[in-house]
Amino acid sequence: MIKRILSIIVISLFAYMLYLLVSGWEPGKELNSLAANYVGREPAELGAPNVVTAIVVTYRGLDTLGEVTVLFLAASGVGLFLHLSGKSGKNDRAKKKREASEILRTGATMLLAPIVMFGTYIFINGHLSPGGGFQGGAVIASGLLLLFVTFPSYRTKYSALSAVESFSGAFYVIVGLFGFLLAGGFLDNRFLPLGSYGQVLSAGAIPVIYTLIGLKVGTELTGILEHMKGSSE
Amino acid sequence: MVSVLILGFILIVIGFWGILVKKNMIKIVLGIAISETGLQLSMISIGYIYHRTAPILNDAVPRSSAVKMVVDPVPQALVLTAIVIGVAVNALLLSYVISLYKHKKSLNISDYKELKW
Repeated sequence: MIKRILSIIVISLFAYMLYLLVSGWEPGKELNSLAANYVGREPAELGAPNVVTAIVVTYRGLDTLGEVTVLFLAASGVGLFLHLSGKSGKNDRAKKKREASEILRTGATMLLAPIVMFGTYIFINGHLSPGGGFQGGAVIASGLLLLFVTFPSYRTKYSALSAVESFSGAFYVIVGLFGFLLAGGFLDNRFLPLGSYGQVLSAGAIPVIYTLIGLKVGTELTGILEHMKGSSE
Repeated sequence: MVSVLILGFILIVIGFWGILVKKNMIKIVLGIAISETGLQLSMISIGYIYHRTAPILNDAVPRSSAVKMVVDPVPQALVLTAIVIGVAVNALLLSYVISLYKHKKSLNISDYKELKW
């Protein structure tokens, strides 16, 4: 009981703090100097129409490498936990799973290819339109989730999945090192020609890096989904 | 955008309520996910400026006057990665809960006293 009262006090104090933040908050009228600097110099410097992509991939590229590492650690953690706990409960998994209905089976087989294609489109056009490697990878993983739901006995080829994942992770760092050697610094996109503004093959190495991020995020989320499905039967 | 900021803060408080009060571990994980969503909403709304468009400098937004026409891209870049990381961290928490459940057949967090002093 005391714990509950304490929780209520803590939460109401926290809510009061947030209320003070809201009541004193004025919506911004101008970009702050950092954002104005990014927006003002980005098109001439990096040549990507999507400023968010330019910030994520190039200006704050090292942070994105860190985020991809966090994602990798989380995916390996899921694999570790579910693999360790899956060993003991092996026997009660033996019962046969019910097959999916025909609507689901037909729909999943029809939709899988367009979903994967759409995910690829999102990360290849990441520097031109909303979207990018993280979103495209998540879309591809959602297509594979549909496949896992429909065909419970389906298993991805583990060696291919981990090969794509390691390849894209390693090449992400290698592309970053190319920027370090040939251009201004680590993960600088300008070692490839900037091309004409607004084309798919432009903005230097940004499409390459975002494709690698997309592949890595897609395979990692697929790995998480497969572990959660329980492939150890 | 004040309404979105308020909505985000309400979601943060609801999530904290779930984390502090609920005993079921899956509900605690859901509380973390809800407060995370609220945090992302409030971050996006802080970067918003009225009557401005997305920071994509195509034909609709001439490059010379872009600074006067787009919203702040920095919070959007932060939230973009935070969403995917959030999904992965929630998956990690849920698999931890699954592994704890297989160990002791209980989802009640009060049954796990090993870390209490």
